[in-house]
Amino acid sequence: MTEQFEPVIVGFLCNWCSYRAADLAGTARIKYAPNLRSIRTMCTGRVDPQFILKALRDGADGVLVAGCHPGECHYVNGNIKATRRFVLLRKVLNQLGVEDERVQLLWASASEGIRLAEKVDEMTEALRALGPLNWEEKVLHRNNGHEAAEAIAVLEEV
Amino acid sequence: MTEKNNNQEKVGVYVCHCGTNISKVVDVEEVAKWAGEQPNVEVSRDYKFMCSSLGQELIEQDIKEKGLTRIVCASCSPHMHEKTFRNACERAGLNPFLFEMTNIREHDSWITDDKHAATEKAKSLVRGSIDRVVHHEPLDEIPVEINPNTLVVGGGIAGITSALELADAGYHVYLVEREPSIGGHMAQLDKTFPTLDCSACILTPKMVDVGQHDNITLLTWSEVEKVDGYLGNFTVTVRKKARFVNEEHCTGCGICIEKCPFKEVDEVFEAGMGERKVIYRPFPQAVPKYPVIDKENCVYFKTGKCKACEKFCPTEPNSIDFEQEDEMLMLDVGNIILATGYDLFDAKKIPQYGYGKLDNVFTSLEFERMVNASGPTDGKIVLRDKESKPKSVAIVHCVGSRDENYNKYCSKVCCMYSLKFAHLVHERIPDAEIYDCYIDMRTPGKGYEEFYNRLLEEGTHFIRGKVAEITDAARIPEEEGKLIVQVEDTLIGRQRRVPVDMVILSPAMEARAGSKEVSQLFKMGCDFDGFFVERHPKLDPVATMTDGIYIAGACQGPKDVPESVVQGAAAAARVAGLISRGTVMMEPVRASIDQDACSGCKICNNMCPYNAITFHEDNEVSEVITALCQGCGTCVAACPSGVITGAHFTNEQLFSQIEGILWDVRPEKTIA
Repeated sequence: MTEQFEPVIVGFLCNWCSYRAADLAGTARIKYAPNLRSIRTMCTGRVDPQFILKALRDGADGVLVAGCHPGECHYVNGNIKATRRFVLLRKVLNQLGVEDERVQLLWASASEGIRLAEKVDEMTEALRALGPLNWEEKVLHRNNGHEAAEAIAVLEEV
Repeated sequence: MTEKNNNQEKVGVYVCHCGTNISKVVDVEEVAKWAGEQPNVEVSRDYKFMCSSLGQELIEQDIKEKGLTRIVCASCSPHMHEKTFRNACERAGLNPFLFEMTNIREHDSWITDDKHAATEKAKSLVRGSIDRVVHHEPLDEIPVEINPNTLVVGGGIAGITSALELADAGYHVYLVEREPSIGGHMAQLDKTFPTLDCSACILTPKMVDVGQHDNITLLTWSEVEKVDGYLGNFTVTVRKKARFVNEEHCTGCGICIEKCPFKEVDEVFEAGMGERKVIYRPFPQAVPKYPVIDKENCVYFKTGKCKACEKFCPTEPNSIDFEQEDEMLMLDVGNIILATGYDLFDAKKIPQYGYGKLDNVFTSLEFERMVNASGPTDGKIVLRDKESKPKSVAIVHCVGSRDENYNKYCSKVCCMYSLKFAHLVHERIPDAEIYDCYIDMRTPGKGYEEFYNRLLEEGTHFIRGKVAEITDAARIPEEEGKLIVQVEDTLIGRQRRVPVDMVILSPAMEARAGSKEVSQLFKMGCDFDGFFVERHPKLDPVATMTDGIYIAGACQGPKDVPESVVQGAAAAARVAGLISRGTVMMEPVRASIDQDACSGCKICNNMCPYNAITFHEDNEVSEVITALCQGCGTCVAACPSGVITGAHFTNEQLFSQIEGILWDVRPEKTIA
């Protein structure tokens, strides 16, 4: 293989900590993999599991959800609620064959540009090693296609 | 979905060069050209500086002439210029929320040198914004009335300044201080650099002003327990701890203090250098003048016997009230200024400096109390035995500052007060040898460098080097009975052992213990070191990320007196501005529940950290109280029926943005 695989990572970054961490990484001219495509939400608590599923289904190879450290949430504890959903969602994704490396949660405060940048680099490397996600094949047709598709339908209703 | 439903929207896309900040890495012309071919896009341009007045006019002109209904600007972070472009839209008659910003600078051109990758990334981010913006809805900002009362937390010089500025402007202030008196650290100091004004002489008149001001409600021996609400309408719960002295009857004559038969070491005001009675006022000029009974050490509270204070209290009715209980006060305020100050680094954490083990190693605050004429030694510089005068003194800078093991930052004020100490020792003990061990001498400030020059002429021995150890283990007869300061003198390139009688450590200024809890209480941020985080380090140093909460003084970072005063006044000015406007407009990013579709499951009710969702028992549906909602969107994500809308962050908007940023990798099937 001559050309290396460039994974696409969708990042859901909270407005107060992690979006600003990414801003700071830029301001400090920290160089990291340009593979993250960020979407700003006010809080990680706003990140509906459907967003993550949607991103994976629509071609992302990985999803990063990043927010304030526990106890530092701008909205008191939205990040804790996000964690609960996240843990559950990842269990389900696991069963569908989506590796943990593809769906990551990070706490990065507004002053931790370097932390965010390192995480993106780390994820990019891990996803390069894993290769493309190929949701259609991997998740929808891997086992009994019908069964899995049903599972997704159920997930999306939640 | 995006393409089908919204063909009627006309989107204008503007790609900024930001001088060369973006265009050096991202091919902005290519991005603009490509954007012009995307669905719904009517106009697409690139321009040198979109934020300049000419750039903004470009947008305004296109809105008016081409009838654009949505605007996307691909430039810097929305935290930088979202407001700028929203205003431009508004001037052209377009609702400001029909605008979306794409961050291709901080999140793109500044993080990579790969031009191709950066350009492709810019395209996906722009496409995400285009697909999102067509689903934007016009929103109106929410007017919020500002309660004209202000809470100031902390009665040091920063808090005092804030309180007086606001009170003098005619606004009511509640000043909450956890110690029995206001004054803070400044009240403990003897002289202030570089003018050598007596600290108490300049501070106490201000304290008296606070105590007597009609517009200030002073609540000392009190702590904030709970903060509810939002900008303009906070409700603060304050615990007014029992003083066991009735403030209405007490005249502050001090007879109770005189008659109290028991003493305790004063660890707070006297920094452990002196004693106080069990019923006490921290210092004679304390404001308010009413004493406090130290319940833990009071013999009456422990054994039920004594009551000397009550017996001798001359007021009628008696001012001592052993039955007094903590009082909970609810204060309604519009804004809050935090001026909670700093703690001194615990020098015991550096065992090689011997503090706590070697008697004659002192901290800066101990020395301040010692040289203070009203302090425990009446201003005499003496060793721990309280008799012998030191013939030689070493002053050690950067104790716990600029040190990877403790605090990396520079505490900023220590060089200056160390110089002040050297001067004071000179003044009181003219024949003493003084050694000042510093890493770098940092004296920026008006009159500060001049003060340093003055010290150079006074004969202090300056040694440039970080002190390695302070020990009493003598190696030669001259070192017997002395403290030996082991230091590498980097200017002569030699290790030196300096025998002295007394060592003064200049410890770091640290964030208050518990500053993290305080920041959570007020729902704002503190940094890794525990200092409160300002909204912008240069341009907005006293505001925080939380509207209506301001910070002043050393709680934001190490600061000397004049800087604390500046911040105190600045925070007051910001608050006064809001009060005089009376009403401010808040972002309409709020949740709302479709009452007809709500199933009444109540799942959202427990999600809200602000208790902004109420459940109507009569028709069994939930409703969001707009005034309390802060717009986090947690309930939106949690609603199993999908009937909560998060304005400006709707599902439709976010799904479309996801589709947009993945435009190049989306499998055929999922494209509608």
